[in-house]
Formats: sequence, C-alpha cells, structure tokens
Amino acid sequence: MKNEDTICAIATAPGNSGVGIIRISGENSIEIADKIFFPANKKSLADFSDRKIIFGHIKNFDGKIIDEVILLIMRSPKSYTKENVVEIQSHGGSVVLREILKLTLESGARLAERGEFTKRAFLNGRIDLSQAQAVLDIIQAKTSTALDAAQNRLAGKTSKKIREIRSEILEVLAHIEAVIDFPEDDVDEIFTDDIRKKIFVQIEKISNFLKNKNSGKILREGLETAIIGKPNVGKSSLLNFLAETDRAIVTEIPGTTRDSIEEFINIRGVPLKIIDTAGIRNSENIVEKIGIDKAKNFAETAELILALFDGSKNLSEEDEEIFKLIENKNAVILLTKSDLPQILTEEQIKHFTNEKIFSVSTKTGEGFEKVFDEIINRVGNIDAENIFVRDEREADLLRRSLKHLQEAEKTAENNFGIDFISIDLRAALELLSEITGESVTEDVINEIFSKFCIGK
Amino acid sequence: MFVADKYDVIVIGAGHAGIEAALSAARLGCKTLLTTLSLENLAMMPCNPSIGGPAKGHLVREIDALGGEMGIAADKTCIQFRTLNTGKGFAVQALRAQADKKIYQAAMKSVCENTENLDLKQLLIEEILTEENKIKGVTCETGETFLTDAVILASGTYLSGRIIIGESIFDGGPNGQRAAINLSSSLKNLGVKLMRFKTGTPARVDGRTVDFDKMEIQRGDEGMQNFSFMTDTPVDNKICCYLTYTNERTHEILRKNLHRAPMANGVIEGIGPRYCPSIESKIIRFPDKDRHQLFLEPEGLNTQEYYVQGMSTSMPADVQIDFLHTIPGLENARIMRHGYAIEYDCIDPLQLKPTLEFKNISGFFSAGQSNGTSGYEEAAAQGLIAGINAAAFVKKTEPLILKRSEGYIGVLIDDLVTKGTNEPYRMMTSRAEYRLLLRQDNADLRLTPYAIKIGLASDERTKKFEQKSFEIKSATEKLNEIIITPSAEINQKLSAAGIGEIHNTMALAEIMRRPNVTYEMLEKIFELPKISEQSAKQVEISLFYSGYIQKQKELAEKLDKLESKIIPADIDYNSMQNLRVEAREKLSEIRPHSIGQASRISGVSPADISVLIVWLESFGKI
Repeated sequence: MKNEDTICAIATAPGNSGVGIIRISGENSIEIADKIFFPANKKSLADFSDRKIIFGHIKNFDGKIIDEVILLIMRSPKSYTKENVVEIQSHGGSVVLREILKLTLESGARLAERGEFTKRAFLNGRIDLSQAQAVLDIIQAKTSTALDAAQNRLAGKTSKKIREIRSEILEVLAHIEAVIDFPEDDVDEIFTDDIRKKIFVQIEKISNFLKNKNSGKILREGLETAIIGKPNVGKSSLLNFLAETDRAIVTEIPGTTRDSIEEFINIRGVPLKIIDTAGIRNSENIVEKIGIDKAKNFAETAELILALFDGSKNLSEEDEEIFKLIENKNAVILLTKSDLPQILTEEQIKHFTNEKIFSVSTKTGEGFEKVFDEIINRVGNIDAENIFVRDEREADLLRRSLKHLQEAEKTAENNFGIDFISIDLRAALELLSEITGESVTEDVINEIFSKFCIGK
Repeated sequence: MFVADKYDVIVIGAGHAGIEAALSAARLGCKTLLTTLSLENLAMMPCNPSIGGPAKGHLVREIDALGGEMGIAADKTCIQFRTLNTGKGFAVQALRAQADKKIYQAAMKSVCENTENLDLKQLLIEEILTEENKIKGVTCETGETFLTDAVILASGTYLSGRIIIGESIFDGGPNGQRAAINLSSSLKNLGVKLMRFKTGTPARVDGRTVDFDKMEIQRGDEGMQNFSFMTDTPVDNKICCYLTYTNERTHEILRKNLHRAPMANGVIEGIGPRYCPSIESKIIRFPDKDRHQLFLEPEGLNTQEYYVQGMSTSMPADVQIDFLHTIPGLENARIMRHGYAIEYDCIDPLQLKPTLEFKNISGFFSAGQSNGTSGYEEAAAQGLIAGINAAAFVKKTEPLILKRSEGYIGVLIDDLVTKGTNEPYRMMTSRAEYRLLLRQDNADLRLTPYAIKIGLASDERTKKFEQKSFEIKSATEKLNEIIITPSAEINQKLSAAGIGEIHNTMALAEIMRRPNVTYEMLEKIFELPKISEQSAKQVEISLFYSGYIQKQKELAEKLDKLESKIIPADIDYNSMQNLRVEAREKLSEIRPHSIGQASRISGVSPADISVLIVWLESFGKI
C-alpha cells in the first residue's frame, strides 16, 4: 500500500475526555508531523525510536505555539494500520484539535474518510474479519441527525456560494472545452488573459472563505455567548449543567488577559464560547455582585444571549433592565427552575419581549432539548454574510481546489495552451463538486451544448 | 431448419463497426462471416464525407495502433487533410480528412474480400438463435440458418429504421437502404432492452449549380499527416471545401415553417444528438445568433454531389429548397438528395460488459451505432474491440479491456457500459480525464503492445514500433546522461544553435524543457543518437510537458489500482447488508467488471465502495 496517501483525522470521538488524539497514517506521516511538532530537545522526529513518548509543542507556520503535546511514533509494520503511524495527544479541546488537524492537512496529509484507518488496517492484514465487520458498521453509521440538521442549514449557504464559484469555473472550463472539441464550429475565441482574470476572482473568493477571520468563524472560534441574569437566577448552575451535558468539555485556553478564561461548550457540534466564565463560576464573589453593569458589556459583544429569569419568583426591576439589554439582540429567554413551583408566567414575559421563551430546569434537565434546537436553529441565521466552512473535510477540499486554481493561473501566466489550463481547472472543479455533490464531466458537456451552438 | 454453414463468428452489418469486427476476428484466426443488406454499400458513409477531428481522429489513430483498418483506408483514399487545434497543446491536436466516399468503400471492400477466413454475404438477418442464453446461430430473411459460436450485432441505424422528411415518412435505412424490421423483435424476444434514437443529415447539392466565388475557400494542410502509423508518405490534397453562412432570411423561412418540422410537431419520438442539431433546432435554441456557418464538402472526386455541413434538416422538401436558396452561393443550387431525419432502434449499452458482450447472452456482442453511439470512428473503435473479444471468446483466451488511462477507446466503452447514454454518444476530448496521456501522437506507444500480444500487428508494424520505442528510450537516456557545465565553450555552442545560455550545471534533458528547444538543435552540438522525426517529437513532448504528464500519470496510477481489482461475475449484491439499497440496485443492474468501474456508477458512493472492497477482501474474492 505504498502509494496510498497519508491520511489523518481526529481519532478521539467528540464527547470523550479532556485528551484528544490526532492520528496520522501513511508513508509520509513522520515527515508531516515533523513540520508542525517541535520536541523539547530539538531533535528531528526521524531520530526518535518507536514507541517512545516524545514531549514537545505543536506550532503553526508562524511559529506560534498551539498546544503542548506528547507524540508517539509507530513505524511500519508495527502499527495499527501496518503503515507509519504518528499519534499526537493534545489537550483535547475541539478547537485545538481542529487547529492541529488543519496544520497536518496543510503539511501534506489528506483527511481520512470515515473508517479509513480501520479499512487500511484490514486491507493490510492487521485485523480480522470480525473486526472488519465492525468497520462496516463504522462506515455506514449515520452521523448525529441533530448535528446534520444544524449543519445543513449552514451548509445551505455554503453550498450556494460554492455552487456560484463552481459554476463560474465550469463556465470557463466549458468554453475551453468547446474551443478544443469543436475547432471548426462557430465558438467564440477564448483569451488566456480573460481566463486568468476569471480564475483570479475565484481564487480571491475561496481565499476569503478560508481566511481565519471570516470563514467558519463559529466552528473555529465558537459562537460568542453571554449568559445574563440577575443574581441567583441560576447562571452558574446553567453553565455547569451545559458543561456536564456536553461531556466533550472542551479545553480551557488561556485568553489574552490573565484573568479571563474562555470556555467552550459543545451544543450538538456547535461550540459556544461562553463569555467570562470565570466571572460566572465565581459568581458568589464577583459577577453576581457586579450585576447589571457587567451584563451590559456581555450583551454588547455577544452573538447569542441566554437571558435567564427565575420562574419561581416575580419579575424584579433588575429583570426589566435585562429586557432592555436584549432588545434587538439575538437572545433566547430561559425561564429557570421549572422544577420549583412556578410564579412567573410566559405571558408576563411577553409584555417585555418577543423572543422565544423556554422553561428549563438544570436539576431535571427539562426543556433543554428545545433550547438546543433553538440554538442550532439560530446558528443558521448568524454569520449570514460569511461562508461557513462546515468542517475540516470541506476546508480541506477548498484548500486543495484553491491550490489547483493557483496552478491553473500559473499555467495561464506561462502561456501553456488552454488545454493545459484545463487540467487544473478540472481538478479544482472535481474537488468543489465533492462538496456540492455534482458530477463534472456531464456538467461540462451540458454547459458546452447550452452555451454554444455546435453541430454539423 | 436449413443449416447453410457454420462459422466461429458472424457479424451483422458491414458498416464501420462491422468491418473492423469482421476483419479483426478473421485475422485472429476465426472463421468469420460478414453479412450486409447490400454488398454495394460496404463501409458506407451516409453522413458527412469526412473522418477524424478532435477525439475522433484520436480514435482512428488508436484503431490503427491496435491493428485496425480505418486509418490505413483513410490515408489511402482521403482527398484533403487538415490538422486541427494546431495552436493548442499536442494532446488536442487532431487530424481531420475529407474522404472520397466511393473510393473509401471500394478500398474497404477489397481488403475484406482479400482477408483469409472472412466470407462476405448479402443477407438480411432476421433472427438470432440462442440456447440456454448462449448464441447458437442466425436465421436470414431467405430462410437459411448459419450456426456460430459468436454473433456481433453492428446494425447501425438500420434496426426498425424510419426516414422522415417533413410530412413524408417511410420505413428505411440511411441513403435509400432497406431497414431491418424483424431483427428488433428477435432482440426483444431475447430480453434485450432497446432504445429509440434519432439522427439527421443535410441535403446534398449539385456542384454545378453552386456559386463557389461567394464562399470562403478552405484548403488542406501540406506535409506529413497521416492517420496510420504505417503510412509515411506526405498527403496529397486534391480538393477544397467552402464556407458560407445562413442569414436572417434563412431563419425567417425556417421559423415560418416550424409547425411542419417533424421535431416540433411530435412526429419524431427518438432522441437526437445535441452536437448534431438540425438547422431548425439551432434557430430555436439560439435565437440570438444571426448566422450559422455551413461548409460545402465534396462527396468525392468523381461526383458533383456536395454535402452541406451544418444544415442537417428534416423539413419538408419545399421548405428545404426555399431556405437553401437564401444562402450566399446557393441561390440557384439544385438539391440532389434531400436532408432527412432517421429514427432507429439501438440497444441500451448498460446491458454490455466492457468486452462488449451482452451480460446475459454468452457469445453475443454488440458494436457501433447499435450501442447508442454516433460517428464512423466511434463505431469502428467498438467494432475492433468486439471483434477481438469475440475471437477471444471463441478461442477462450483473455479479452481486451482498455483502461480509461490507456485510450479514448477505453473511455468510450467504459462510459457506455457504466453510465449508459441518453442520446447518440459522440466522443469528445473533454470526456477523457487523462487527455494529456491520450495524445494522437503516442497512440502506438500506448496500444501497439496490445496488438503485438494479441496477434493483430503485422511484422512490419511490430518492427516499426520496436524501432521507435528503442529510439525514444536511448535518446532519453542519453539526454539525461550528458551533463553540461556553464563554461564559455558550451554557452557559445548553445548560442550558436539558437539556445539561451546556461548558468548552472544541468543535464541536456533539462535544456529540452525550455520552450522552442528541439532535439535536432541539440543533436547538432552534442553526441546524440540519430533518431526519426517522430521519435524526436515524442522525446520533446515527454520532456517539455513532463510536469503535467507526470501529474496525470500519478492520478491514473492511483485509479488503475482500483481497475485491477476485478469483481467476480457471480457476486450477489443483495446479500451485502451493509450496502445502501440504492447502491445494491445500481450494482446489481450494471454488474461492474472492476472496483474501478463500480466507483464510476452514479449513485454508488465512496462509502459503498469501501464496503464492497472490505467484503470482497474478507472473502478472499479479490
């Protein structure tokens, strides 16, 4: 299996403990890991023997430390897949894991398909039939439907934008192909300069999607979420409840200022970045006392507000302040403590706000399914201007198609014929089509016949 | 039952597919019968008098490289040659030639009549006989039966053919031929799924009534340009073609009479090809275009008939005359034959294996337009493969299945048997994913080794091929071996030969990667093997484009691995519970030959393929 690509993936399932594993398998896995892993003793990975625990740091290409990790090398054939395998154990947070995965992909690995490690292990004779049966189950296993629903909404927007890019490229390619395949027909001439311009526009678009600030912001950076409410309304209980539900509790990343800690909570695959969790956790002595002033700040910056009102008490003046804060904001109203006798009614709240109201109890867990549904729903409406790169697979495909577009542009610049430009254009199109699930050859041919009058 | 004779292989139809099929089967030692409705019309070109063009020219070169006849016959009998796409890369340059139809036919007939093991008979086959899903023989209109092990259906557009010229509709084959009506029902009785396709052809006009002065003249290109690797004489251009255009008046007449167009009024049921639209559909689909180009191409040296390319139509005769007379140069043109549309039955090619044998009827092959393709070249390519594989079937030897990375023939057949087609299928270079590997200039390097292995290459072809391969290999080795340093002496020599100076030590091969550096230039300065012009061209192309070629080769190799994983014929997809239902259905219908083919079936996902691989591996089936 020497010619196979080197593949990588996050090996720990989302929802596991605080440690996460990135697994890389294939001929080049050691060289790939070497590009992003910097061992404490500054040696090259090739110098380490098998199965030694190696401490070090993962750094991005700007030299910034992403995480402190341990790394294991298992050389062929003594590994799970019988290929060269490298495992990187990081601090597990999904954001860190994703960042490391991204770096591995950018260093030359390809994202593994579902069950591909096990498939390789089987094909290389490492595991037996009963284990292989388990592979089939893995491959065929459905992803969480709830997550799908949320992502599909977002993907709808992505797909639309990717489809637009795809159809622009398709148009150029079809024109090239028409000129090549029907030289005697009355097809408009095509000029390399125009092709270059058109490719360049698409390169710009894809680059923008992939840029840190805008693309897949939510998945990359988390949805900035503020939990606000008057003292004792149950903010810290909610945070703890969410954190427990999550179980994938993600990591704690030291923020820019020493005293603030950002925490990520995974709601059906969408990470919420809870603003100033330190404040909430230490509610007894900080936030609850600071009260409304602090809440104002949160509400200003947050992309999502979870506004808490105590269902077992009457509305207070402080509560009314909260209603003012969430005016014209993206807020979800939680009526807390539904396990206690309820005094506050939805009708009373509706005097102040049109936002949806959910009765919840962190003790019994009641009502949270609906809250999660609502959050997932809202995510689809946020970030409307920016494309949402669904996952690393999609980002990987976009990056690879970008590379081909750049190659095509170079080919055009070097004045190779249009048939050479078409090679990388087609490759880029194939990759974009993997995202949109369309076929290339037929579409090119359809485009030729719909755009150009061809025929004897 | 009167049994007249017994053959190894019987070919139904002597068009471009049938001829290549019969010739290859006979040359491979099978006692072969080639049947036709009319011995006068062997190798007839009922549509345009030309061979080649992008992808089609590539096919002809591949046919030739495999030991087929089309290229040799075309070189011998064509009367004008042009190389198209000369401004573009080598991979898409293609030879196109004007044929003298009658001379071409005569040449082909003579080859057939003088081929050992091959009988020609004028017969209308009406029934295909089988026993337990195995071919047994054929029965003719005149009652006699011929027994055989293998039958190749190459019935072109004759199966239940119907001619349509406006309101005039009658049963018939192309060009005033008979149709084969009963064979359709025989096929249906065998459980063969038929489709109804349509195609059309323009009017032929009398050259004496055409004012060529009002048209642009189009001459052939001079020099060496041949379809066959065996031909090494320069072309002899004997005729010119002429270019003119339709105009608003033409379109006006067509628009006014659209209600009489069989296409528009529902008379035609068959599906026509999009790349060969009639003039009436062009003006419907592209209403903004104020003119359409028309080429006048002579049908031969000994006739005044001119083919009006671009003006295919099934309009009534009076409309045809009317709009023709609006065209510059054709104001007084007299029509000698009307344009017409033809509807015909063809088989759904999804029923075939990549060998072109029916999956369900052992020994029954099909090739050419009867497989839903269009074009002489596409037909001939399939005929050749069907002939080779029918012979392999009779002799119980390995069949020939070309990969997509090996030839346009591979792409053509794989597309047909994997994806099927819903219109007459035409070959285009854009259908080939490895276009850079499938050049017309290297068809021999790609495919002649197969011809040698099978036994279709003549001694002369084998010798020529081996010489060329040797030259390319030794020249390439030498170019990599000779390392030059940027000394004053070397740079002076390079400059003198018109090559830019070097600044680093490098191999000569590296210099060949520069634009406009030829082998001939380097040969003058350095000690390099003397090689032929063709071999030098190959060396130049492979070095100059090496980056791109390498990229495509790697891609092809990756996929080839899947191609070589053969799926056993008796596999039961329904027993694979892990496969999605849609995948199970598609795989059961198409019954792919290899994992590679399976992965190209629409509706079969990569995950399904993984399941399939794991399943096959786990039971030791691959």
